[in-house]
Amino acid sequence: MGPLDGVRVVELSHELCTWAGKLMADLGADVIVVEPPGGSPQRAYGPFVDDEPDPERSLWWWHYNTSKRGVVADLANAADAAGVAALVARADVFLTAEPLAALAAAGLDWPDVAAANPGLVMTSIRPFGRMSARDGEPCTDLTILAQGGPVFMCGYDDHSLPPVRGGGNQGLHTASHFAVLSTLVALLHKDHAGPGQLVDVSAHAAANVTTEVGTYGFLAMGVEVQRQTGRHAGTALSLPTQFECADGRYVNAGLVPRKGDDFTLMLNWLDSLGLRDEFPLAGLLEIGTAWGIVAVSDILNDPLTQEVYSAARECQEFIANRVDAYDYFLSAQRTGLTAGVVYSPEEVMADPHFVARGWPTPVEHPELGRTITYPGQPYRFTETPWTISRRAPLLGEHQVLLDTAWR
Amino acid sequence: MHGEHDRPPSALGHIRICDLSGQLAGAGATRVLAAFGAEVIRIEDPVTKGLWDIVRQMGPKFPGDQGHENGTGFNNHNVNKLGITLNLRTPRGKELLAEIVQRSDAVTENFAAGVMQRLGFGYEQLAALRSDIVYVSNCGFGQVGPYGTFKSWGPIAQAVSGMTFQSGLAGQPPAGWGYSYMDHTGSYMMGIALLAALYHRQRTGQGQWIDMSCTEAGAALNGPAVLDATVNGRPLRRPGSPSSNRSATPAMAPHGIYPTSETDRWVAIACRHDDDWAAAAKAIGEPWTADPAFATLSGRLAEQDRLDALVAGWTAGRTRQDAVAALRPHGVPVAPVAEQRERIDDDPDTVGWGLWPTVPHTLHGPVKVDGIPAHLSATDWHLRRGGPMLGEDNHAVLGGLLGLSTSEIDQLHDDGVI
Repeated sequence: MGPLDGVRVVELSHELCTWAGKLMADLGADVIVVEPPGGSPQRAYGPFVDDEPDPERSLWWWHYNTSKRGVVADLANAADAAGVAALVARADVFLTAEPLAALAAAGLDWPDVAAANPGLVMTSIRPFGRMSARDGEPCTDLTILAQGGPVFMCGYDDHSLPPVRGGGNQGLHTASHFAVLSTLVALLHKDHAGPGQLVDVSAHAAANVTTEVGTYGFLAMGVEVQRQTGRHAGTALSLPTQFECADGRYVNAGLVPRKGDDFTLMLNWLDSLGLRDEFPLAGLLEIGTAWGIVAVSDILNDPLTQEVYSAARECQEFIANRVDAYDYFLSAQRTGLTAGVVYSPEEVMADPHFVARGWPTPVEHPELGRTITYPGQPYRFTETPWTISRRAPLLGEHQVLLDTAWR
Repeated sequence: MHGEHDRPPSALGHIRICDLSGQLAGAGATRVLAAFGAEVIRIEDPVTKGLWDIVRQMGPKFPGDQGHENGTGFNNHNVNKLGITLNLRTPRGKELLAEIVQRSDAVTENFAAGVMQRLGFGYEQLAALRSDIVYVSNCGFGQVGPYGTFKSWGPIAQAVSGMTFQSGLAGQPPAGWGYSYMDHTGSYMMGIALLAALYHRQRTGQGQWIDMSCTEAGAALNGPAVLDATVNGRPLRRPGSPSSNRSATPAMAPHGIYPTSETDRWVAIACRHDDDWAAAAKAIGEPWTADPAFATLSGRLAEQDRLDALVAGWTAGRTRQDAVAALRPHGVPVAPVAEQRERIDDDPDTVGWGLWPTVPHTLHGPVKVDGIPAHLSATDWHLRRGGPMLGEDNHAVLGGLLGLSTSEIDQLHDDGVI
């Protein structure tokens, strides 16, 4: 039983809200996802099992629809639309990213749904929000992240290379994160004090407030930043923090030490790897051990401070050149220095820490006679655990629910 | 405090959070609750001037010589929160924290694993103070496991979770994220966990502990890539991959970020299907667009390098604005790679949303901050004040909530407790 056990959610399948539905479903909400005849367009998103395109073999569909049950309804058909409206009338949450005109035509827009169900929380995700003059313009994850600010801040030192869209459809995810946050706020309010309400989420606005200093620094101080390879966009080019290791993989080496204690740790780290004698700048690190914290202005202005500071950076690169990325990560962290191995997503699944915490999650797919390993829980609740309660629904698998659910 | 007269109807006015979290990964979570009216009491250390939270003094900074009050990020991440100081090295400081816990619905923190336990405020102790308490801890690698002692911040969590790797161009090192995406997103996940647990508690009376690991939260964001590996045995780390300006999931082409005639200004174009491509081809109107090899998605994917070079040749011959203007009326998803000023100052869809509210900071005066990208029709968010100065609300909280007298509070100050 999850923390949202008993919460009834109707989701109109759409790529902008599918992650929101999964987040709630894996937390125990009873999510019924409504697809058009022939299936959600997302069933055509690859990759596919054994690379065989098929509505039941989309790994996108599988991932984003765990713990949900599914029905088919044609919202352009009056009887089907009435069936969905009746289902929404029995629900706690109505989750949609459909265009307003399509919803209104089906009798599924606010305030029609509110009239039938005053306690309803209707959560709408639109690219620019419901009131935008641009509502109806086509958009994708790429255009959301390009217009919303994230792309401008990501890429390489070399600005002849294009800026980069971070992978994994994070623009869709960020909109869904705010959809779930605000839906839960509305549920807490409804349960405590009052009626339901309309929650209007803008994917564009969500991207805009998810760029850290690129937004709040500009708002407060007019600070303008430029993209850099593998590290924060900055007002001026900073030292690299990402190094290629002996095995060709990368590490994020973290910040350069600015405290005496950190230089001591760095020397200990060299010792633990048996590399202190080989590192020609170890003497400069030894000078650093006597420091308290060093002001950035000293790094810029004092030549010896500059040398010590860059010796620490060179030490990180020196070690990276000699050890594999995973060993760099492990040995640095065990010494007390902060660093991270740059894993590819699948490498996470085999990492001993993730395995020890039981993060990779088995899900039964009886039709294929296979147990598939899925990404695991983002958070662990001691009393109401996150759970994948079932694999994604087959097309129309729970069709009877359109009439029978929650009566 | 409750009873403030300028508060609009709020969704979460009945919730109080005892908040020991900070930076962005923690503060970003309680920020959302505070925006919707929860009473969030931030507890900071007077001895270190709250500088465990490095964004208190991290740039960009407001001008002025009180370093710990000048971080613009601290102000942004802590709007609407109350700020008090408690020296938890002292028995009296711990007593006061315990009294606040007893009056709170939830306790939040994002210290390194084990810190709360050592302070005497692990989950068991918190639950002894208030049996239905919700406790959310958020750290880089979670409270248990082989990396339980490892340190982390956003870029580290991004690296280890796979988020850094999947962002980049083929043949180049990982580009990663030019900001702490996983501090933001970890805070959203933490907020979701906190609100879900509060909802369960509101309905059942049951509290609990949530152990959140920011790297696990990040690794959950790469589902289709992970399944491609676990189902098909195809790793994302393979020649030519990743290439994140392209779209393999779902498959689209052309799909990329293309140059324009202006230096370092770019345009993003995504053709979702054959109809989008047909519309784009019409708008571009050059002979190569009629190449039958490009007529189908599989054809365009097979010849993506050549197609991208041709599209880039077309975009490079015009300004970013002209490229957008040529494609948008044809219904092709297209967008400028927006720079800060144009998306913040000059965009009707951020300004019109009310996305940049101005809040008063006690020392620095009116400051614009991030708003919330969701509007609620009945109980919307309202940002009414900036982040608290160190100990700014000591009297309001210790007096108003705990009932201490002014002279008792002054004595606590003299004793180094607050």
